[in-house]
Amino acid sequence: MSETTPSVRSLPPEPAPRRGAAAAAERPVVIRAENLVKRYGDFTAVDGISFEVPAGESFGLLGPNGAGKSTTMRMIGGVSRRTGGRLEIMGLDPEEQGPVVRAHLGVVPQQDNLDEELRVRDNLLIYGRYFGLPRAYLKPKVEQLLDFAQLSDKANSRVDDLSGGMKRRLTIARSLVNEPKILLLDEPTTGLDPQARHVLWDRLFRLKEQGVTLVLTTHHMDEAEQLCDRLIVVDEGRIMAEGSPAELIRRYSTREVVELRFGADRNAAVAQQIGDLGDRVEALPDRVLIYARDGEAVLEAVVARGLSPVTSLVRRSSLEDVFLKLTGRSLAD
Amino acid sequence: MRTSTTPSPRPALPPPGPEELARRGRRFGVWYFAEHQLLAMRSYLSVIVAFSVGHPLLYLVAMGVGLASLVDANGGGDFGGVDYLVFIVPALLATGAFMAASGEFTWPIMDGFKWHRLYYGPLVSPLQPWQIAAGHTLAVAIRLFSQSLVYYLIVAAFGAVPSGFGILSVVTATLAGLAIGTPLMAYAATIREEKAQFVMIQRFGVMPLMLFSGTFFPLTNLPVFLQWIGWLSPLWHASEIGRVFSYGYDEPLWLSIAHVAYLVALAAGGLALAFRTYRQRLVD
Ligand SMILES: Nc1ncnc2c1ncn2[C@@H]1O[C@H](COP(=O)(O)OP(=O)(O)O)[C@@H](O)[C@H]1O
Ligand SMILES: [Mg+2]
Repeated sequence: MSETTPSVRSLPPEPAPRRGAAAAAERPVVIRAENLVKRYGDFTAVDGISFEVPAGESFGLLGPNGAGKSTTMRMIGGVSRRTGGRLEIMGLDPEEQGPVVRAHLGVVPQQDNLDEELRVRDNLLIYGRYFGLPRAYLKPKVEQLLDFAQLSDKANSRVDDLSGGMKRRLTIARSLVNEPKILLLDEPTTGLDPQARHVLWDRLFRLKEQGVTLVLTTHHMDEAEQLCDRLIVVDEGRIMAEGSPAELIRRYSTREVVELRFGADRNAAVAQQIGDLGDRVEALPDRVLIYARDGEAVLEAVVARGLSPVTSLVRRSSLEDVFLKLTGRSLAD
Repeated sequence: MRTSTTPSPRPALPPPGPEELARRGRRFGVWYFAEHQLLAMRSYLSVIVAFSVGHPLLYLVAMGVGLASLVDANGGGDFGGVDYLVFIVPALLATGAFMAASGEFTWPIMDGFKWHRLYYGPLVSPLQPWQIAAGHTLAVAIRLFSQSLVYYLIVAAFGAVPSGFGILSVVTATLAGLAIGTPLMAYAATIREEKAQFVMIQRFGVMPLMLFSGTFFPLTNLPVFLQWIGWLSPLWHASEIGRVFSYGYDEPLWLSIAHVAYLVALAAGGLALAFRTYRQRLVD
């Protein structure tokens, strides 16, 4: 049961492994979920989810609020008891070996739970103590983490005084105190402004380059596209699709999308008239989407029919479109 | 080779492996959590000192000196032949710990589960829920013991503790705090919305217990139909045993043992209950 357990004692000395599906196949599986089910009374929050994460991969759970992402993450950490299915982290069942499994993991929960009354540095120190790490290890480690989180100049500030993005970075730094090889990130950038998100993404890229396995949940398709090698699209506790962002877009969408706005009262009616253009037309309350290989050509055809949208835009397909195709609903909040 | 472009100040040694970290967590997790709480207490140390030492000292001056002159002038026979001051010191000592505990085992618990969600940090470390409850209890026990010790040394310096065994009343005062505290902690862990429960507990639980626990006058001065409050109150038991230690208050040995046993039973029972409520709340 432990033949796939790699050393987790320190960061890998070799350069980051090559990413992508081909490389993934050769690497040991660090997380294996089989038919995971979680029920709260009659309500089924997670409804038979299966996936495998090889070491070093950046794996995402993309889905709207309430899809069951956080519940899945908590089951991985062994702090939510599954109703059914099998789960192995480094070959261990988190329900039976909670402390060992959690010693393997770094966890960034959806909601920050920093001690706001303590200083930034003390938050890291205290967290390291939870892992039984000696002060001799923690002293330099904490400085290194502060540096990584770009918080060195805030080391003596109370957490109270940090911005949302800084708190999030501190939470991520904190989760790295035991040098985990697997990092669970539950909605790492939700609620942050675009600039703060980019800073965070940059930090996560660094970790990925260092070979840390990232498992992250998000309901932002741009985040999933940025960070994930591979992801599952989750809705109502079930997996709707699985693949790399590019694969999913290829499989479930067209290369380009034309977004047209005719005004809320006309969108549906116009959609009828242009239903034959492109591969597929979606009428949303606020806009009409036409899926096509060549967006510009479709846009020209629309104009040629004498229709004049208030705004028009040709863009590449995104995971948002994949989600729309799979569920008929929009992913955005 | 690190790919990070920002240079790390000093490379840290690799940490011990997960198995070892988990082993440490199982062994010392209670202490690890207590460390956090003690560090947090340090940041409001002045408040703790003012509240837990200053407050009972105020009582001591008002009751022990002011009221005592009146009481003693009327022949202090009711108090086992000792000065009124000597009579109330053990009770005030226990009361200080009791009051502090009623705060430490309520609001910080809500902070752990709900307000700042502090418990959800250690929850995803190797620690287990029961260790969070036990660690909090340990940290508060250390606080109660320290404040009681400081208070004891002050009153002893004023000659208000005739017997050297009085130092043991510091322990029983701490126990009184835990006896009220751990059941409160078990209860606090079940509260989803803090409306006014804690304030109600203070007003209609803690305060009446303080008044009817033989603190300022012997319980036997109360009508019998009110004395049961004292029998149930950890504060009465702690005050009585404190008196035994402080000035050799004369009571049967079995009763002294019963006082201690009652306090230990409440503290241990409350803690066991808290292990359950913590687990139920943190792991669903
Ligand atoms: N403790 C709980 N009791 C009852 N229902 C819950 C509990 N936790 C989560 N749920 C429900 O399970 C569903 C999935 O929740 P969650 O995993 O938090 O979704 P996500 O993280 O994808 O937004 C939601 O409908 C949520 O209301
Ligand atoms: Mg969530």
